[in-house]
Amino acid sequence: MTAGASSKDILLAVSHVSLSFGGAKAINSFSFEVERRSICSLIGPNGAGKSSMLNILNGVYVPQEGLITYNGTTFERMEPLKVAAMGVARMFQNNALFGKMTVLENVMAGLSRKAKTTVIEHALGLPRARQESASFELKSDQAIDFLDLNPYRDLVVEALPYGIQKRVGLARALVSDPEMILMDEPMAGMNKEEKQEMSGFILDINKKLGITIILIEHDISVVMSLSDRVVVLDYGRKLADGRPEDVAKNPEVISAYLGTVH
Amino acid sequence: MKTNAGQMTVETSLQINAKPQTRKLPSASTIAFVILVLTAPLFASHYWLMAIITPVMILSLAGIGLNIKTGYAGMVSVGAGAFMAVGAYGMFNFAAHGGITNFPLALLLGGISAAIAGYLFGLPSSRIKGFYVMVTTLAAQFFVEWLFTKNAYFYNYGSVPTITLPPMTLFDLDINGNNTIRYYVVVIIVLLMTLAAKNIIHSHVGRNWMAIRDMNTAAGVIGIDSARYKRLAFTIGSFYLGIAGALWAFLFLGTASTLSFDINRSFQVLFIIIIGGLSSIRGNFIGAAFILLLPILIDYMVKATLGSALNPGFLSNMNKVIFGSLIIILLIKEPEGFDKMLRNLTGYIKRRKS
Repeated sequence: MTAGASSKDILLAVSHVSLSFGGAKAINSFSFEVERRSICSLIGPNGAGKSSMLNILNGVYVPQEGLITYNGTTFERMEPLKVAAMGVARMFQNNALFGKMTVLENVMAGLSRKAKTTVIEHALGLPRARQESASFELKSDQAIDFLDLNPYRDLVVEALPYGIQKRVGLARALVSDPEMILMDEPMAGMNKEEKQEMSGFILDINKKLGITIILIEHDISVVMSLSDRVVVLDYGRKLADGRPEDVAKNPEVISAYLGTVH
Repeated sequence: MKTNAGQMTVETSLQINAKPQTRKLPSASTIAFVILVLTAPLFASHYWLMAIITPVMILSLAGIGLNIKTGYAGMVSVGAGAFMAVGAYGMFNFAAHGGITNFPLALLLGGISAAIAGYLFGLPSSRIKGFYVMVTTLAAQFFVEWLFTKNAYFYNYGSVPTITLPPMTLFDLDINGNNTIRYYVVVIIVLLMTLAAKNIIHSHVGRNWMAIRDMNTAAGVIGIDSARYKRLAFTIGSFYLGIAGALWAFLFLGTASTLSFDINRSFQVLFIIIIGGLSSIRGNFIGAAFILLLPILIDYMVKATLGSALNPGFLSNMNKVIFGSLIIILLIKEPEGFDKMLRNLTGYIKRRKS
C-alpha cells in the first residue's frame, strides 16, 4: 500500500471525449484520468454529463470523438459485454435491479458471465453444472455477507426498501471481483445514517479489496471525505480536476457549482 | 400501486415476499403429485387416464415451453401452436420418410426440428422488442399452418392432410396399442422434462433470462449477452413445445392435422401460463388442469341442474360464456395467476403457525 504519488499507475484515461444527442452536446472534449486503487469522484450539477460519461465507459453510449484507455489498451468505443469482461462493474443511479428476482439471484446474476457450463449440463443436472452453481452461490453469499444483506437474501428485491436495494446493486457489482466499479449516486435518497453506512462500504471495497472506484455523488461532504481525486463537470466541460481540498478552493468551482455561500 | 402497502415496512415485505428455496428438496405437494400420476392406472378409469390426465400433462409441458420464452425471458409469443406442429410433423416425417420407427429417437428429432424452427423465428428477437417479437411469432403460426397444409410431402401425400404415425418401437413395449404404456410414456417424459426445466431455470441460464426480462440494459452491462440468451430461450422453449406437440398428436389424438395446432391452440397454451402464473413451473400444471377441466365441470353442473330443458348448442355456448367470465374474474382477483395465490396461501398458513 505504499505506492506513493511519485509513480502514477493509471488504470483509466479518458481523452477528449465528446458526446452529443442530436444537436445537443452532452459532453465536450472531456479528459480525465483515474489512478489504480483510487476513488475518483465526478461532480457537477444535474445534466452536466456525469451519468453520460459512465454510460460511455460501459459502452451503452458511443461517443462521437475521443479515446478511452483502460489497462493500457486504447479504444474508440466500448462494448458492454467486453467492458464487463475486462472487470468493470456498475452500480446504477436507478438501481436497475432485476425486480422479480431474489437478492441472491440478483447477486448471482453478476457472476453469470463467468459461467463455463452449458444449458444441457444444467438440464441433466450433471455434477460439473451443480458444482459451478454451488460455487456461484457460495461466492454470492460472501458478497451478501460483506454488505450485511443476510436478512434479505431470499426476498424479491422489488419490495425491498430503497437503501437496501442500493446495497444489492453494490453486491451484484462486487461479486464478480471487478477491477473497477462505476457508482452512479450510490447514496441518493438516503438519510445520514444510511449514507455513513454506504460510505463505510465504499471505503472498505476500495481499501480492503483494492478496487478502483469512479463515484458520482451530490453530497459534497461525502465526496470530500471519500475521494482521492475530484473532477468537476459543468455543461459537459471539465471545470476543475485535482485533490478534493484543492478543488474546494477553486473559485470557478465555487461560483459555478457550489454557488455563493449564504 | 397495489404493492405499496407491502413496501411500508421491512417486516411486512419479509413475510409477503418470502419465497422458499425449492431447489434443495421437492415439496410435499410435488411428491404427492408425482406419486398420484404414477399410480393413477391402479385406480383411475380409462377415461381419466387417457382423456384427462394425458392431455393435462401434455399441455403442461407445452406451457413450460411457452413459459420459458414468455414468463422467464419476457418475450410474448402467440405462436406456441406453430412449434407444437413442427414437433409433430417433424416426428411424423422422420418416421414416414426417414424410416425412423424408434419412438424416442423420432420424438427427439421432432423436438429438435421445433428447436431449429424456434431458433430461426427467434433470430429477429435480438434486434426487435416487445410487441414486434409477438408479431414474428404470429408470422410463425401462419407460415407453419400454410407449410404443412399446402405441401403434400409433409403429410406423406395422403388423400387428406392429416398425419398418423406408422407402427413404432419402444424397446419391447407395445407403444402402438397398449393404453397403459402410452399413458406412462407421456407421464414419464413430461415429469423428466419438467425436472430438466427446473434445473435450467435455477441455473445461470434461467437467471440470465429473468435478468434480460427485468432490466435489459443492466443485464448487458453486467456481462449477459442478451441476444444470445433470447435466442436460447426461443430454441429451448420451442424444443419443449415440439415434444408436447408430438405427444399431443400421436399419444393423445392419434391422428392430427394443422387444425390441431391452429391459433386457438396457441392461445390455449398462452392462457394456461397466464392463469397458472408466468415464470412458475407448477403454474403450468395448475393452468392446464384448470383450462381442460373447467369446461367439463361447467358442462356437468349445467346438465345436472338445468338438464334436458336446454338444447345442446345453447349449452356449449353457455359453457364458453361461463368459462370466459371465470377467467376474467380470476385475472382481476389475481393477475399473477394460481401460482401466486398458492404462494400467498402457504405464506399465510406459515405465519399462522409461527
